[in-house]
Amino acid sequence: MKILVPLKRTADPDNANKVKIAPGGGKIVTDGLEPKPNPFDEYAVETALRLTENGTNPKVRLAGDSVVIVSMGPKESAATIRQALAMGADSGLVYETTDEALDGDLVARALARVVAQEKPDLVVMGKQAVDGDSNQVGQILAERLGWPSATFAMSIELSADKKSVIVGREVDGGVIKLKLTLPAVVTVDLRIVSPKSVSNNVTPATHAYQDGARYAPLPMIMAAKKKPIAEAPFASLGEQGLTTTYLRFEQPPSRKAGIKVKDVAELVQRLRSEAKVL
Amino acid sequence: MQSPYLFETDEHADLRRTIGAFAKREIAPNALAWEEANEFDVGLYRKAGEVGFLGLGYAESLGGSGGDLSHVLVAAEAMLLEGHSVGTVVGVGSHSIAIPPIANLGTDLQKQRWVTPVLRGEKISALAVTEPGGGSDVAGLKTRAVRDGDHYVVTGSKTFITSGARADFVTCAVRTGEAGHGGISLMVIERGTPGFLVSKRLHKMGWWASDTAELTFDECRVPAENLLGEEGSAFVAIMMNFANERILISAQCVAIAQLALTETSRYVREREAFGKPLNGFQVTRHKLAEMVTRLAAARALVHEVTVRHLRGESVAALAAMTKNTCTDMCSFVVDQAVQLHGGYGYMREFVVERLYRDARLYPIGGGTREIMNEVISKYSGV
Repeated sequence: MKILVPLKRTADPDNANKVKIAPGGGKIVTDGLEPKPNPFDEYAVETALRLTENGTNPKVRLAGDSVVIVSMGPKESAATIRQALAMGADSGLVYETTDEALDGDLVARALARVVAQEKPDLVVMGKQAVDGDSNQVGQILAERLGWPSATFAMSIELSADKKSVIVGREVDGGVIKLKLTLPAVVTVDLRIVSPKSVSNNVTPATHAYQDGARYAPLPMIMAAKKKPIAEAPFASLGEQGLTTTYLRFEQPPSRKAGIKVKDVAELVQRLRSEAKVL
Repeated sequence: MQSPYLFETDEHADLRRTIGAFAKREIAPNALAWEEANEFDVGLYRKAGEVGFLGLGYAESLGGSGGDLSHVLVAAEAMLLEGHSVGTVVGVGSHSIAIPPIANLGTDLQKQRWVTPVLRGEKISALAVTEPGGGSDVAGLKTRAVRDGDHYVVTGSKTFITSGARADFVTCAVRTGEAGHGGISLMVIERGTPGFLVSKRLHKMGWWASDTAELTFDECRVPAENLLGEEGSAFVAIMMNFANERILISAQCVAIAQLALTETSRYVREREAFGKPLNGFQVTRHKLAEMVTRLAAARALVHEVTVRHLRGESVAALAAMTKNTCTDMCSFVVDQAVQLHGGYGYMREFVVERLYRDARLYPIGGGTREIMNEVISKYSGV
C-alpha cells in the first residue's frame, strides 16, 4: 500500500497576526515568520503513518507499505519535507516554483500528474492550507482523477484486504460514514489525530495513540537525513496557467474600541439609534 | 530575535522544533499550576522519555537518543522557551547530573539497571552530593559508608537534592575511606532501601515546580554491587561532572534570559504610557539593547566552552568563567525585565516575576560564584 501525502510549507500559523500586506495590496508578506508545515497536512502525514504501521512498533512501516511526501513551492520546501521524513515517512518529492505562481486549481492539476507517475493507492491530505484557506485542492484532484473522495475526515479505517477505506465525517447531529473503494482521495480534519481515529486492522484495537501529530525524536531526525528527496522544476510536470487572479489584498478593518453605557436605558437607546439593531 | 548557538545545524533546528512543540503542548498549559503546586505532573517523565528528550547525549544502545552536549543544551533551551517553567525543566532534567557518573563509571549491568529506565522516563534519578554541613567542600563530605559483608552501611544526610523526594534512586557521594578527596566513592542508593528516608521537602525561592529534598540515611544497608567504579575513585568523576553541570547551568541562564527578553520585548510594544508604547521611549530601547547585548556575549561564551568541551579539551576554568558570566548576565536581564514590566513584573501571573526568582539560584547552585573564582584562579594559569 502506497500513500501519497501532499504537504504545503506555510508561514508560522501561530504568528498569523504578523502577516503583512505589501504596499499597493499586490501580495502577502510573511518575512521573518518561521516556515512550518501546514498543520492539516501534518495530520495527514500522521494519518498515513498510522495506516501503514503497527502502532505498537511505529518505527517500521508494514511490509510493502510506503508513505511519499510531495510538496510544490520554493526549494526550501525540502526542509519541510525532511520534518515529515523525521516523523517516519519514506521519501519526498519537491517541485520547485514560487508560491505566487500557484493556485489551488494548478496545484490540483499538477498533483494529478504526480499521482499518474507515483501510482499511490491513496492520497491523504489536509482539508485546507492555513494560509489561503481555499479548501479545494483535494476535491479538484479527485475530480480530475475520477477517484472517489471524502473530505474533512475525522476517522479512517482501512479494510483488511486493503481494497477500501471507511471514512467518518462529522456532520450536524452525528457522524456520517462513507465507504470508498481505493484508489481514493481523503482530506483530513483536526480530529483525525485523536488517539483511536485511525485503524488499519493491524494495530491492535486497544492501542491508543498520543493525541496529535507525533514528535520527531533525534534518532529519527538523523535517520531522515538519509532518506531520498527528489527535486525537479515544477514545469517538468507539464501543467501551467493560473485560473485564479488575485486582484488585491486588504487587511480586515481593525476593531474599534467599545464604549461603556451607564444603564439599560442608554443601552437600548444606543442599540436603536446607533447600532440600529432594534 | 532569538539567535541560536553558532554550533547549531539543521538537525539542531529540527530538534528545537520537536522539543518546542512538545513543551508547548505538554508543559506551557500547566506551567503556572505546576509552579504554584510546587510539583509538576510525574507523568511528564515518561512523556519526555518517549519524545527522546531524556535520552539526548546517550547512545541508542543504552536507550538514549544519540547526539551530544550541544543537543542537550538546545533541547533544554527549547523546552524552557516554549514551556515557560524553569522548575519543570530542571526537575525533569535532574538525570543530566545523576546519570553521567553511572554512564562513565558503571558496569554494563549497572547501566542496564539504572541508565536505560531513566532515559525512557520509567525511573526518576537524582544526584546527592551536598550535605547540610557543607556544600562546596566536596572533599570534606561526612556521609559514611562502612563495608559490612555484601553491603555498605550508609549513615549521614544530603540536602538541596533536586527531584530527591520522588527519585527512584540517588547517585550518592559517600565517604568510604580516609579524610580528604581520596576517600570518596559514588554509589546508587534506591528508594525503599531500609534506612533511606526523605526527611524534608524544601521550600525554595524559585524553581517551584521541581521538588527539592533533604535525604537521611540511617544505617542504610546498600548492596556492595551498587558501588560505582573503584572505592575512593569518585572525586575526579564528581569534579568532571561539575564541568558538565556548569555548562548546562550556563545554557539555562541563556535560555531564561532569552525568555525574559522575549516576554519583555513583546510587553513594551503592547503596554502604553504617556500616550505611546513603552518602546517608543529611548530609555526603554536602550535597556533592551543592554539586555540583548549581554545575552549575546554570554551565548557566545557558552558556544565556545561547549565546542571546546566536545573537542575533548579540559575546560574546568572556562566552564567556571562561563558560569559566572552567564549567571551575572541572567541576574541583570531578569531584573531589567521585571523593571520594564513595572507593577505587573511583581505579579505572580507574569512569567518574568517567576524568572526573577528562578534566576537567583544560579550564582549559588552547581558551585557558587565564589567557588567558581577559586576554580578560575587555580586552573586558568593567572
